[in-house]
Amino acid sequence: MKYKDYYQILGVERDASAAQIKQAYRKLAHKYHPDVSKDPAGEERFKEIAEAYATLKDAEKRAEYDQLGRRAPGENFEPPPDWQQQFHQSASAFDDVDLADLLAAMAAARQGHGGRGGPLKRAGQDYEARTTVTLEQVYQGAEVDVTLAVPEYDASGLQHRVSRTFRVRVPKGLQDGQRLRLAGKGGQGIGGGRNGDLYIMMNIQPHPQYRISGRDLYSDLPLAPWEAVLGATVPVPTPGGTVELTVPPATTAARRFRLARRGLPDANGEHGDLYAVVRIEVPKTIGDGERELYRQLAAQSRFDPRRPH
Amino acid sequence: MSVHDDVQHWLSETALCSFEDLAELSGLAPTELALLVEAGVLQPVREGARLFASSCIVQVRRARRLRDDFELDAAGLAVAVNLLGRIQELERRLAELDAQRS
Repeated sequence: MKYKDYYQILGVERDASAAQIKQAYRKLAHKYHPDVSKDPAGEERFKEIAEAYATLKDAEKRAEYDQLGRRAPGENFEPPPDWQQQFHQSASAFDDVDLADLLAAMAAARQGHGGRGGPLKRAGQDYEARTTVTLEQVYQGAEVDVTLAVPEYDASGLQHRVSRTFRVRVPKGLQDGQRLRLAGKGGQGIGGGRNGDLYIMMNIQPHPQYRISGRDLYSDLPLAPWEAVLGATVPVPTPGGTVELTVPPATTAARRFRLARRGLPDANGEHGDLYAVVRIEVPKTIGDGERELYRQLAAQSRFDPRRPH
Repeated sequence: MSVHDDVQHWLSETALCSFEDLAELSGLAPTELALLVEAGVLQPVREGARLFASSCIVQVRRARRLRDDFELDAAGLAVAVNLLGRIQELERRLAELDAQRS
């Protein structure tokens, strides 16, 4: 089992008072809580913080934790003999057990012996996971496998992290950040309580070609100066395949061409549009012949981009 | 390792759930939920109805987390959920505008 230094995580001394622990937790929660903080590492960090606080705010859990003494974070250790006894397990059975899961299991066992008549009925824990899908998968609909490590109880009441895979149907029209609920696939309920649920949040990966705005897509349409002036027929990639777009003469930069129903589908299968946004590219190097032509053009043209036209 | 193929519920604007579903899935007390509805933070599909878009499940679970992790009372919770909802909407608008900018 891996040691975690809960005092260090909360940034308090080992003899900190309950009030000091609470204060430290509050400060960190405001900084890292994933619902409040914009810190991308906040979610992982807050998990640790909440776990540390859950242990240290409870006098009994804290006393059990303090038995372990002071160790280096991540150090492998053997659980004390009375823990092994409680679960009728040898030390090796604890190898893949999470410290927080174990402390929670012992707390639950204490409550069970509390003499309130029968075991406690409690719903299982909900699990949260996230995964990403590609824009192409959202366009076409797809099935993806999501693998995560979830705690499961063994016969002695110890929780082990096991890897489980869920096959998820990605519907056409998935929205970025949309969540899927897998009923009953969270933690097991206790004493007849219902099982928890598994929530999977789906994010759409950024795409090198398309930017997503609701159901509409935006992509850049690079044109050469002469294509912009003379007009041209150019290929435009769309998720449903490349289409030919006729650009009229005198097309200016930032002009948008709407390709109707070439965007992403919504839940009813109605497609948004794709907007190709013109960008005029200039060659970085040119040959002597080209330079000569540009000079002739410069000499002949009466176009002045700085004068209103 | 086994592959589980189960009943999957996408939380969306079109799929519906009941007031009782929201209470059960969030762990909020019905009185706390009722306060969120009264405050207009949680909107039923029709005024006075007991049915909600299933995407509300995300909101009420967030409310439950905030209540527990910050020890908020029901009134503070309504304010927090309301403001977070507005931030989320603004961020969505911002992302849309960013996408439209070339």
